[in-house]
Amino acid sequence: MDDFLAARSQMALSLGFHIIYACIGMVMPFFMAVSHYKWLRTGRPVYKDLTKAWSKGVAIFFATGAVSGTVLSFELGLLWPEFMKHAGPIFGMPFSLEGTAFFIEAIALGFFLYGWEKLNRWFHWFTGLVVGFSGLASGILVVAANAWMNSPAGFDFVDGKYLNVDPVAAMFNKAWFSQALHMSLAAFASTGFAVAGVHALMLLRNRQSEFHAKAFRIAAVFACIAALLQPLSGDLSAKDVAQRQPAKLAAMEALYRTERSAPLIIGGIPDDKTGQVHAKIEIPGLLSYMAHGEWQAEVTGLDKIAPADRPPVAVTHYAFQIMVGIGTLLMIISLVYFIALARKRSWLEKSWFLKLFVFAIPLGYIALEAGWVVTEVGRQPWIIYGVMRTADAVTPMPGIAWSFYLFSAIYLSLSLIVIFLLYRQIKMVPVLYSSGSSDLKKTH
Amino acid sequence: MEAVVIIFFCVSILLYFLLGGADFGAGIVELLTSRKNLSKTRKTMYHAIGPVWEANHMWLIIAVVILFVGFPSIYSAMSVYLHIPLAIMLIGIIARGTAFVFRHYDAVKDRMQQTYNRIFVYSSFITPLFLGIIAGSVISRHIDTGARNFADAYIWGWLNGFSISVGLFTVALCGFLAAIYLIGEADDAADRQRFIRKAKQMNLAAVASGCIVFVFAEQDGVPLRSWIFENPVGLSAITAATLSLVVLWYLLLRGKTRVLRILAGFQVTMILVAISYAHFPYFLRLKNGQDLSLYEHMAPEKTIQTLGVALLAGSLLILPFLGYLFYSFQRSAEDDGTA
Ligand code: HDD
Ligand code: HEM
Ligand code: HEM
Repeated sequence: MDDFLAARSQMALSLGFHIIYACIGMVMPFFMAVSHYKWLRTGRPVYKDLTKAWSKGVAIFFATGAVSGTVLSFELGLLWPEFMKHAGPIFGMPFSLEGTAFFIEAIALGFFLYGWEKLNRWFHWFTGLVVGFSGLASGILVVAANAWMNSPAGFDFVDGKYLNVDPVAAMFNKAWFSQALHMSLAAFASTGFAVAGVHALMLLRNRQSEFHAKAFRIAAVFACIAALLQPLSGDLSAKDVAQRQPAKLAAMEALYRTERSAPLIIGGIPDDKTGQVHAKIEIPGLLSYMAHGEWQAEVTGLDKIAPADRPPVAVTHYAFQIMVGIGTLLMIISLVYFIALARKRSWLEKSWFLKLFVFAIPLGYIALEAGWVVTEVGRQPWIIYGVMRTADAVTPMPGIAWSFYLFSAIYLSLSLIVIFLLYRQIKMVPVLYSSGSSDLKKTH
Repeated sequence: MEAVVIIFFCVSILLYFLLGGADFGAGIVELLTSRKNLSKTRKTMYHAIGPVWEANHMWLIIAVVILFVGFPSIYSAMSVYLHIPLAIMLIGIIARGTAFVFRHYDAVKDRMQQTYNRIFVYSSFITPLFLGIIAGSVISRHIDTGARNFADAYIWGWLNGFSISVGLFTVALCGFLAAIYLIGEADDAADRQRFIRKAKQMNLAAVASGCIVFVFAEQDGVPLRSWIFENPVGLSAITAATLSLVVLWYLLLRGKTRVLRILAGFQVTMILVAISYAHFPYFLRLKNGQDLSLYEHMAPEKTIQTLGVALLAGSLLILPFLGYLFYSFQRSAEDDGTA
């Protein structure tokens, strides 16, 4: 494997893992806070058990999120020193604010995990909520940094020099809002469906478990609201991309030729050599409408982009199809859920209904990773769009492939252990918590 | 604002050394604890660092962020030439943080615990060792930016006697900080005695490895002696450290814990001041004789302005809570002795 490819793969791998840990770390505290609130209000032990069980999950993922994040803050330099040398002072603002958010999060988590029976009950509840909000803030901030790479702002690029640096303008670049909104919703949708699905699985085994029923309910409501909003926010993102990165939009939709009334294609196998897309379904004019809000509008195709500046079409296109496909599916599941809540309460007990959620466990995360592949691969060959090429940013040190293999092995074993731990946590629910099962009562 | 940024940078390195160091040290103490006392030590240790370890490690992130936002060319040079030790340190950080949490949160306590323990103690040793190696390489003019082959550029810059001796010294200091800290957390007299003994041993180890650092400094031409002894600040700092050593041993015999902690922290701070004052603001010293100054390699003014404001505002938000966190758990530990 050549060093440049290895560096890109290592970055993708580390971020791919971090994002999952981070999303869980930023969403679970909200679930926890809801359940904690219900415990404080109703005094029903099931909610206390649920809060405690979830808080263990949060602690595990917070630690893995924190270490994988620490690794990232070094990897930016280890892999892309030339990029960081110039970009650091410009897009660093969100990172320095993020430091504050992390710190508050870590402190609040310390209070929350070790504060049972020690702190005032509502203050204790509040610290859990602070964990959630500061996690969300870190997510938004770091995505603003990434958005800057897509939509550079806050400096003048003159003769290869970065002048008139303005970190505040860099942070509020054109892409930050649409990306941060879409990302936050994605975090809720993906983690929500995963958590709801796991508890649905447990319910399939034991319909009587109050513990899993409550857990399912809390996670599913968050997940389904987010999944309904996700396509709306995705549409906003697409309009944004069409404006600021036409090359990315063209790759997403495998649009080889600039067209008026451009069709939206579903599926299809792009062929770079002939500029054809095989086996596709076309919806006439829809792409023009999605990108520019008019059925007739002209959409820039790859033919208008210099060959050296074109992103890899196939990867970007497939990733986009996967994300949108899953997004549509999750939206349908959410509709089913709300119909069930509103008028078909009997569905909630049915096994097809629960199986639907079990099926959705991995979907959100797959869409999440696919979405990032769209964003990152679609930006290629640029690391800072239109300003610096990724190939010029990579470290001069040879042998990065070894580092990539090593880190892959580490992340792989880490995920295996995390899955193993969670499996054990869930398996132990009936033993540890009295409300975990109706027949296994245990005092503690 | 330049000064604010530099002060925050130095203070976060110092705090990482003291707090994160004590945290790593707890693993080192565990590594050196005989089997029959292990479970006791582990319990005391979990109790002592459980609530605060996340916060302790934030200082590293703050320092790195300040480095890449405020001093990007220094960050980028370090990342290139110290790639290998940084990567090893990162692996240590991953292994340690996760093992610590896993062993506590694994719902079933079985043989896996031994695996977690082993990973935890070894990575508690490796990580500060490499942090020390990195620090040693940064100041010792071993890094060769003009090197033509792989080994000269990416290996000998950090794999040398001086850097390694600094690494070992760092490990000893961490163990010392942790032992002193744990004395105050011990919940019975026997436990206490054991930590006092550990503190003495680690202190001797620190003094011994400190001497080795001097030997290698002479050999590798690092002007450590003149930095410390031919400079009034260095000289007074090292004198203060030595004097406090005497007081510390006296107190160790009497067992006054709160003063001990402050004193140990003071001592380590003085050692860091003694080592770094003379070559401040030169942060990265290269083999070709070029020394990169924090002032000359600063980010553009506007960046430093906003960074400074962000740091000041952030600390206004953070410090009261952090203080309250330490205070609450200090107090509740005194109240009940169980977690
Ligand atoms: C649960 C995850 C998930 C789901 C269901 C969707 N997305 Fe998404 N999408 C993401 C998760 C995601 C993401 C991983 O969060 C990305 C990557 C960067 C970003 O800001 O969000 C993303 C990026 C992203 C982009 C590129 C933004 C950019 O480069 O700035 C577009 C155009 C869309 N999405 C559009 C959609 C549409 C039209 C969806 C319709 C259903 C959709 N997404 C569902
Ligand atoms: C889209 C990408 C990212 C998102 C949404 C994200 C979000 C988060 C969140 C929510 C946390 C808190 C961890 C938790 O609660 O479990 C976290 C931790 C962390 N992230 Fe990321 N992050 C992203 C990418 C990055 C990148 C690129 C870096 C490095 C430059 C980074 C650095 C860190 C660090 C240092 C931590 C640890 C802080 C701690 O102890 O809480 N993250 N991230
Ligand atoms: C967390 C979700 C993210 C994922 C899954 C992700 C994924 C990827 C992928 C697949 C690549 C390789 C692209 C290629 O070379 O073709 C990449 C590159 C990169 N990403 Fe991300 N990314 C994420 C977020 C971020 C964020 C938040 C930042 C910075 C703030 C960032 C910075 C980079 C950098 C510097 C590179 C290397 C240069 C490049 O290939 O453009 N990424 N990422």
